[in-house]
Amino acid sequence: MTIRTEPMTVNVGPQHPSTHGVFRVRITFDGEDIVEVEPVLGYLHRGTEKLAEERNYVQVVTLTDRLDYTSSMINNQAYCLAVEQLLGIEPPPRGKYLRTLAAELQRIASHLIAVGFFVQELGAFGTPLMYTFRSRERILDLFEMLCGARITVSYMRPGGVFADTPPDFWPALDQFLNEFEGELEEIENLLLSNEILMVRTRGVSPLPADVAINCSVSGPVLRASGVNWDWRKIAPYDAYDQVEFDIPVGENGDNYDRFWVRMQEVRQSLRIVRQCVAQIEPGTVRRELPMVLRAAPGAEAYGRVEASKGELGFFLVSDGGVSPYRCKIRSPSLINLTITEHLLLGWKLADMIVSLGSVDINMGEVDR
Amino acid sequence: MTLSVVSGETLAQRLREAAPNSVVDWDETAVWVEPSSLGSVASALHGDADFDFKFLNAISAIDFVEHFELVYHLTSIAKQHTGMVRSRVYGREEPTAASVVGVWKGADFQEREIWDLMGVRFTGHPNMKRIMLWEGFEGHPLRKDFL
Repeated sequence: MTIRTEPMTVNVGPQHPSTHGVFRVRITFDGEDIVEVEPVLGYLHRGTEKLAEERNYVQVVTLTDRLDYTSSMINNQAYCLAVEQLLGIEPPPRGKYLRTLAAELQRIASHLIAVGFFVQELGAFGTPLMYTFRSRERILDLFEMLCGARITVSYMRPGGVFADTPPDFWPALDQFLNEFEGELEEIENLLLSNEILMVRTRGVSPLPADVAINCSVSGPVLRASGVNWDWRKIAPYDAYDQVEFDIPVGENGDNYDRFWVRMQEVRQSLRIVRQCVAQIEPGTVRRELPMVLRAAPGAEAYGRVEASKGELGFFLVSDGGVSPYRCKIRSPSLINLTITEHLLLGWKLADMIVSLGSVDINMGEVDR
Repeated sequence: MTLSVVSGETLAQRLREAAPNSVVDWDETAVWVEPSSLGSVASALHGDADFDFKFLNAISAIDFVEHFELVYHLTSIAKQHTGMVRSRVYGREEPTAASVVGVWKGADFQEREIWDLMGVRFTGHPNMKRIMLWEGFEGHPLRKDFL
């Protein structure tokens, strides 16, 4: 006797604990196998690009905090670089170092979230996530000392950062760097060679390098597929040409490699932060600029950074007014979602959430 | 590792052979092409051994009121250079351009977003639906005359 079967379509999200926000994907299953995938976006669309056209160049900084809210510092940095390119200015050296330092701390915080939730989605409820959040919390405390905010920092400005560090920031940073070393080792010992994690993620949803490039994938996901590409190295901005770091590259582009690349990048970021602390010198943190910035009519700039999720770019067009005529945001999370279908098709229901987690999207940035 | 920029003139010279009648204009930074020939321009730049533009960074659309401008930022990971292709799309009722999804899969969501928010249609796109807003939404919010 044969049992009658038929494909079943399931909505995952938008209200789902493991979709990293309000991501929704319609998946058709044949038993346990995924046969059709359709991402549905837009539940967090706030029209950031339109809002930017109504604010002046400095005010737009606050909008960038709300894109990828797990890496606000890096969003600030990308936008400020674009405005600086538009105006043809550069921040003073101390401003550059502070931006690099803040961005790398933010990258650590963002990767800790990515790794923590990735492992949580594998079924390791609680413990690993609390380990990573314990350290992330301390980075947010440091941000609070820098600018008074933990998530929506708005720390950077075109021409530098808005304030110098308070005196007790440096001892606190020093203490964090020393203690985080041990905390990171603890996380690495727990996860990197964990047998369950390896069995569940090795060889699952591999992404070949040519597919990754064709889908415009960037960041850790691209590097996990074996492509050595990092904008901090290719086109150094701020103080990245003054510091040494390596680019971790994966081999197979499977879920494990994406996780592994993030873990290694945390170590490299730590290295960069230490070098910034050693190299930074006293001085002004922001260039003297008029209160209201104006760029030349017709001026254009594409400022990009290697954000924690990938290439984050701001394409600004000026008409000579006080606000950008057009502010296009090249969001890595949105474009990295192009591979959703490739990652999920043919794999099992149980691996679906893990594969989505390995891409590390942030809906604030996908929908903008 | 350093990044170089391929000038618009170099792109224009090659495109005149590889994709005839596509080039409109060029300057130091970019080459302007016909919106209807974007598909053939894309495959020419993607396949060219010297340019090797395998990576599409971003597609941006700008509403200049008298026309829409599409801006394609391209990168070659192997050659470590960037290039810029632009296209002016005229008309506000039904502006259309050729899709490049067949060449760069990464254009998929970006072209849908431009259709959704800017109202430029891409012919040849396999799934030309709105992406951020819902079907049935009236107008295209990023246009200058929307608000």
